[in-house]
Amino acid sequence: MSDVPLYQLKEVQKSHGAAFTLHIPTLTIERGEVIGLLGPTGAGKSTLLGLLAGLESPDTGEVRFDGGSLNSADLPLKTIRRITLVHQRPLLLAGTVRFNVEYGLRLRNAKGISQIVDAMLDRLGLLKLASQSARTLSGGQTQLVALARALVIEPDILLLDEPTANLDPAHVALVEDTIQERQRDRGMSIVWATHNLFQARRVATRTGLLLNGQLAEFAPSTEFFERPADPRTADFVQGRMIY
Amino acid sequence: MPFVDVEFWSVVWLSLRVSGTAVLVAALLGIPCGVWLGLSRSGGKRWLSALIHTGMALPPVVIGLVLYIMLSRSGPLAFLGWLFTPEAMILAQTLLTLPFVVGITMSFVASVPAELSLQLRSLGASPWQVRWSILREARTGVVLAVAAAFGRSISEVGAVLIVGGNIQGQTRVLTTAIVVETSKGDFGMALTLGGALLLLALLVNLAILRLHGGRWPT
Repeated sequence: MSDVPLYQLKEVQKSHGAAFTLHIPTLTIERGEVIGLLGPTGAGKSTLLGLLAGLESPDTGEVRFDGGSLNSADLPLKTIRRITLVHQRPLLLAGTVRFNVEYGLRLRNAKGISQIVDAMLDRLGLLKLASQSARTLSGGQTQLVALARALVIEPDILLLDEPTANLDPAHVALVEDTIQERQRDRGMSIVWATHNLFQARRVATRTGLLLNGQLAEFAPSTEFFERPADPRTADFVQGRMIY
Repeated sequence: MPFVDVEFWSVVWLSLRVSGTAVLVAALLGIPCGVWLGLSRSGGKRWLSALIHTGMALPPVVIGLVLYIMLSRSGPLAFLGWLFTPEAMILAQTLLTLPFVVGITMSFVASVPAELSLQLRSLGASPWQVRWSILREARTGVVLAVAAAFGRSISEVGAVLIVGGNIQGQTRVLTTAIVVETSKGDFGMALTLGGALLLLALLVNLAILRLHGGRWPT
């Protein structure tokens, strides 16, 4: 296994209009880590995930992935296929639930698609919906299908943008278990953006707090939740409104 | 009615051949252009869209006239030797239907959320796979574009009359035959030809409907 960190961000800035700029002076993510990313709406979590996915390029600075730059507009397909982002508002293709979950595997001409998909649908309680049109699903079911279509392709890096926002507690637990099981089995690296403080505490090895486009704190989860260095993190962890 | 027995079928066949070929060529050229324009975020897209929409309103006689000049003995395309041939009629109808195919495909592709391209990319789709998937999402529009193009093509009279010359047994199609029979006062034959034209349009649309899995674009 390479000694080079999985991700290295240096002086990265990304603006969306005049009102918002994400600024990350430095950030390193190692292989096999589960990073929790906390912060209010509009803090820059989705922008950071877009940069880590190679879907956006920074205005300044550099995002390095596995020793190479992720800034290029024409990233090799091989690199793109190692990273999968589950979007906050997933869009499914016209067709059945099964068609959507198979999508990434068919792009890769994978073998045994049917068995892989059946196993994942069963794991997430979606098997009975397999033949249903994806456009008729509820928000929570759509989120589960989006997660299933990402997990079946077993990416090296899984980026999750509030993947349980529309789910009830039982499904939240199911999703967390499924992702953690995959992470343990395959050594997947995960960056998990969430509004849910308790979820970050449950799943993440390191946790960061993004406020107004800046990382207020980024530390091992035990330190982050029990001995936060930044007073804003302390307030946030103790449930005080800081935004 | 000997005309119905012999010449009638050659006119029907030529109508189908000219319009079918023109729509096929327009689809092969226009669908990729429509997808590209629908996905493009460049500033020039607005101008191109305006141009395409103007093309949709272009009078067939104007296309016929311009093509006639270009294909005539002193025109730049004279070397093709296509004037008063079915090839000239196919060219005219291709030019007539191309803006329809491009414009309608473009509109439907543009109506697919832009965010979907990013989501497909993050699932590992190559740029071509993204375009293909978006086209699949917009397939209702593509079916509509082809149907509209065929409708325009099969019912068109001005351009094919000018560049085809309406030569009996050679370049006479259903629409131009109707003109001839009407001018001769043979309204019975003109109406028969009109019925055949409607039936042909219906059959082709039913075939398109079948290709679309039995669902008509809404």
